[in-house]
Amino acid sequence: MIINHPILGPRDSQEFTYLGDATLIDRPDWQAEDAADQFHDYLYLRDNPAGEHRELWFHEQGDRSWLVVTRNTVTHEILTVELARDVARTRGRSK
Amino acid sequence: MRYSGLKVIKEALTGHKGWRPTWRDPEPKKSYDVVIIGGGGHGLATAYYLAKEHGITNVAVIEKGWIGGGNVGRNTTIIRSNYLLDGNEPFYELSLKLWEGLEQDFNYNAMVSQRGILNLVHTDAQRDAARRRGNAMILNGSDAELLDVDGVRAMYPFLNFNNARFPIKGGLLHRRGGTVRHDAVAWGYARGADLRGVDIIQNCEVTGFKIENGKCLGVETTKGFIGANKVASCVAGSSSRVMEKAGMRLPIESHVLQAFVSEGLKPVLDGVITFGAGHFYCSQSDKGGLVFGGDLDMYNSYAQRGNLPVVEDVMEGGMALIPALGRVRMLRSWGGIMDMSMDGSPYIDKTHVDGLYFNGGWCYGGFKATPASGWCYAHLLATGTPHKTAAAYRLDRFRKGCMIDEKGQGAQPNLH
Repeated sequence: MIINHPILGPRDSQEFTYLGDATLIDRPDWQAEDAADQFHDYLYLRDNPAGEHRELWFHEQGDRSWLVVTRNTVTHEILTVELARDVARTRGRSK
Repeated sequence: MRYSGLKVIKEALTGHKGWRPTWRDPEPKKSYDVVIIGGGGHGLATAYYLAKEHGITNVAVIEKGWIGGGNVGRNTTIIRSNYLLDGNEPFYELSLKLWEGLEQDFNYNAMVSQRGILNLVHTDAQRDAARRRGNAMILNGSDAELLDVDGVRAMYPFLNFNNARFPIKGGLLHRRGGTVRHDAVAWGYARGADLRGVDIIQNCEVTGFKIENGKCLGVETTKGFIGANKVASCVAGSSSRVMEKAGMRLPIESHVLQAFVSEGLKPVLDGVITFGAGHFYCSQSDKGGLVFGGDLDMYNSYAQRGNLPVVEDVMEGGMALIPALGRVRMLRSWGGIMDMSMDGSPYIDKTHVDGLYFNGGWCYGGFKATPASGWCYAHLLATGTPHKTAAAYRLDRFRKGCMIDEKGQGAQPNLH
């Protein structure tokens, strides 16, 4: 698989390590009433779709940036690649 | 279809014209006591033990494709009972004991071959870990022997003992481990279940669950609605896709694991060798092909095929361990889809929906677990209480902090 890095251009997926579902960006509020339930779901439960999947890849042997890759889990086709930093900021995170 | 020595002789003399299909191909009835979703090894074993051990024969096994066409036909056929933790080892020991009696039990040749599994060690720390694991295995009724390097050399003189990075220092030998003819396991269980009245319904996909007031009443399928007192999902690899139809999110990611077979060779490797440091394991099939594999491709996938970097990695691991492999030609490679769970251990449990049961999360250890998985799932379905060796395989164990994490990797499914 070739991942089209937003800054570096097309890179072999071998340069990356894989973390998993991009919902891991949305860390729950630890002060919420039901924080324990929220963290259980956040940490352990997954949608695990067959089809389009937004997921976190780390460019470990490159510029060490985190990417959000939208990829089809049935065909392995990569649809879009974004910097995870940009994705987090659009959701109101400071970094 | 029943088999006997006399029948074989009779058929041999009459042109083999009397053989009949091994199981029936029935249309689904309106309802059953138990509907099992998934005609793989685990689903068929569950049906077999429900009928044989618990006398529950009004059972259907519903399979989207053909039985044995999924992971039971896509694995590397290894059976073993060499786990460390209390939640796991009694279960896998039960499984190995069931394997040992399986062919007599269902009167079908599954080619169970206890040829021994050797896990190599390369450092003092790994030897300590192997000794600890071996002791845990022995305490749970399994067998283990710690070999020094001369012991390994006597068994497999062709290994590369002086690899600069991972020199072989010994190994943990599990003599009762081995291999089985995987397709025959599905066929044997299917035949045994069918003989006892279980309906095996192929080419029938489950499209939804009928759930009213928190109770599961049956399944919608491509052959219409089938009612059931109990619905038992058993579709490892596709668990998330099926259980999503019941509104459940699972502690599972689906990943692809590749496997390989070489051209047929004269007998060279009489056991199973695992090279954990290089992510490579290998055995030789009775046809002569070397059967081997390595690590996951690491990313979520439902594709049943992997990518080339892992192929290269597995071959490099093989060459590092057995340099003689350099002249062997690869014949086939394929991928299977794993339910990778959040702690590397499986689930056999009730769900929050009354009458809906779940079996899955087998990671890459599903095949060896087939008999015990069926045994314990049947026990749960028939009695309503978990079997004592599978009591830890609960869906809520993360909420309660009772993970069974053999590798100590935490909630990172691709690392288990």
